[in-house]
Amino acid sequence: MELTGAQIFLECLKKEGVQHIFGFPGGVVIPIYDELPKHPEITHYLVRHEQGAAHMADGYARATGKVGVCLVTSGPGATNTVTGIATAYMDSIPMVVFTGQVPVGLIGNDAFQEVDIVGITRPCTKHNYLVKDVTKLAQTIKEAFYLASSGRPGPVLVDLPKDVLTATAEFKYPRSVSIRSYKPHESPSVPQIRKALDLIRSAERPMFYSGGGVITANASEELTWLAKNLDIPVASTLMGLGAFPGNDPLWLGMLGMHGTYCANKAIQECDVLIAVGARFDDRVTGKLSSFAPHAKIVHMDIDPTSIRKNVKVDVPIVADCRMALKALHDEAEPNLKKKGWLKSHAAWLKQIAAWRKDHPLTYIKDPAKKIIKPQQVVETIYELTKGDAIIATEVGQNQMWAAQFYHYHKPRTLITSGGLGTMGYGFPAAIGAKAAWPDKLVIDVAGDGSIQMCIQELATAVCYGFDVKIVILNNGYLGMVRQWQELFYDKNYCATCMEFQPDFVKLAESYGAAGFRISDPAKLKGTLKKAFAVKKPVIVDVTCAQEENVYPMVPAGASLSDMLLV
Amino acid sequence: MRHTLSILVENEPGVLSRVAGLFSGRGFNIESLNVAPTLEEGVSLMTISTTGDELIIEQIIKQLRKLVTVIKVVDMNEHKTVQREMVLLKVNAEDSRRAEVLRIVDIFRCKVVDVSGNDLTVESTGDQGKITALIQLLTRFGIKEIARTGVVSMKRSMQ
Ligand SMILES: Cc1ncc(C[n+]2csc(CCOP(=O)(O)OP(=O)(O)O)c2C)c(N)n1
Ligand SMILES: [Mg+2]
Repeated sequence: MELTGAQIFLECLKKEGVQHIFGFPGGVVIPIYDELPKHPEITHYLVRHEQGAAHMADGYARATGKVGVCLVTSGPGATNTVTGIATAYMDSIPMVVFTGQVPVGLIGNDAFQEVDIVGITRPCTKHNYLVKDVTKLAQTIKEAFYLASSGRPGPVLVDLPKDVLTATAEFKYPRSVSIRSYKPHESPSVPQIRKALDLIRSAERPMFYSGGGVITANASEELTWLAKNLDIPVASTLMGLGAFPGNDPLWLGMLGMHGTYCANKAIQECDVLIAVGARFDDRVTGKLSSFAPHAKIVHMDIDPTSIRKNVKVDVPIVADCRMALKALHDEAEPNLKKKGWLKSHAAWLKQIAAWRKDHPLTYIKDPAKKIIKPQQVVETIYELTKGDAIIATEVGQNQMWAAQFYHYHKPRTLITSGGLGTMGYGFPAAIGAKAAWPDKLVIDVAGDGSIQMCIQELATAVCYGFDVKIVILNNGYLGMVRQWQELFYDKNYCATCMEFQPDFVKLAESYGAAGFRISDPAKLKGTLKKAFAVKKPVIVDVTCAQEENVYPMVPAGASLSDMLLV
Repeated sequence: MRHTLSILVENEPGVLSRVAGLFSGRGFNIESLNVAPTLEEGVSLMTISTTGDELIIEQIIKQLRKLVTVIKVVDMNEHKTVQREMVLLKVNAEDSRRAEVLRIVDIFRCKVVDVSGNDLTVESTGDQGKITALIQLLTRFGIKEIARTGVVSMKRSMQ
């Protein structure tokens, strides 16, 4: 029997096991929406802005490791997803975005609501497709899911002209895909693994530099085993937080621009640096020429382009991080009991402990106990949840404090836009995470600026009962930009003061969510606790110190050794 | 240093802009680019001449390989190759200097493919050294127009 393109589309999603779609309709995708009610196995969430749909699909993907899916119409519907696609692309998140397109015959004619979305998203997707023939539809969707989730994952866009959705074809879903020009290199070379291990066991001051790839590859167990058994401390990027327990004695903290003193010092002093699933981003390395000056570098990554892009590497290993770490484990394990096989790291760990003690992550509390410090809010959230919540963040100071003062013990518990730094990401991403884990406490640590960028999704949250908790660290400023203006532009606070703000409590209430306001430090913990217990989406507007800065800070372009401290 | 890259691609819409976009988006340089079908249906060969230090060339090759529609990338500098480019030149050739121009055309074994009262159109094929030398020599007569194919390259059978 022949099916229409719209029917084939939904059958394909079913075959891929898709349970959630975040979407927004429009003229050319009505054929899909017309069929949707016949598929109770797929839940569609109607968002309020397509950017929200893309971030939700992304948040769902980060929280689960599964492919996130969103569906939008042509033209403005499609362009509204671009920020979300670029966000997912920068952080290697598996996602498939379906956009409607004008009928094939009209493409190129400046038809109503036509844009060349394939052209627009070419540089920010892993790959994209325009389906021109209904007989190719199933194959294309299969490939899209395969590409999105394999190798170094990423967003894939599939553009669906209206007449392809209404034309008919025999439905046959391919069992597997093979693309001759795409073969991710997953298993590590054994000689390279041995070389790496030789370096590691002869090191006196080794450390792990762990990135988002460890979480993507589900390699957190392997990393933790190696760190503990080879006695190697671990620092991580923003994207890697949660892959290694944040309360372990070997934990150094986040590294880079707002990394801990001890993590950055360790980078500058280590003799072997084992980078896993990380890409030596400028926010991590600071000035490249003085980055890790004494270290031999082992670099494991599934993407060959990440290796030797920014720094020279002594032992490159192109492989899936989990398989590479597992191979290291297999080579190391039989030797562990041999005396003298591994050099002692006692002096190194002692040095690290001293750094940690000299300059711990800290801030100055208000002596009068009148004003809430934003860091204190994050600390209190941690106290209340013990690391058992999923934390999403917006972008700016709020994001950095959420990274510094909350401790992540498990992978996929921090959901944040690292590479693109997208304000407005956190809240919709938190909704996506909540769709995946309805029983988990999901908190968006927000800034007063960022939260207003996708605030309309409160309607989505209330409508579907996603009781996400938004905690606004309200400093009345675009704080991170203000911090740069304070430190590097003579306090010329141009266009960073949020002179007008809505009443966030009333705003929450008008959407049918709950609203709380806190400005007294004594009420912080109690009110947060109460807010987290409400079975509705909640905004907690916390009035915070206005001109607090994020420290440590390595100024852009400076060496990791040149940290500004509290 | 200049490198010639041979890139086999799936011949589908957008493939050229994927490759060109990669170069422009990442600030890599394209000196010349040539695309044409191969014997295998659906597969085209692109030849790109580019410059950069060792790390940049490595990055260009890896980034090209990462494109889903790119089947194979070969850095021709790592092989013994035959490299050729074709050029068409419209050169001033007033009566008084025509013989001189023709002599150079002859020495370089070029073909004259079009003639008028004032100029000659010359076709020449050769490696980059020859084309550059020819252009240099003809410049003083005044080159009115130039069209070049960009370099194409093939590995020699005996490496
Ligand atoms: C979409 C977008 N626009 C602009 C920026 C630049 N930017 C980075 S942080 C920041 C300030 C964010 O303000 P707020 O959300 O209040 O967070 P705070 O730093 O005050 O915690 C801005 C404007 C950005 N990251 N994203
Ligand atoms: Mg703010």
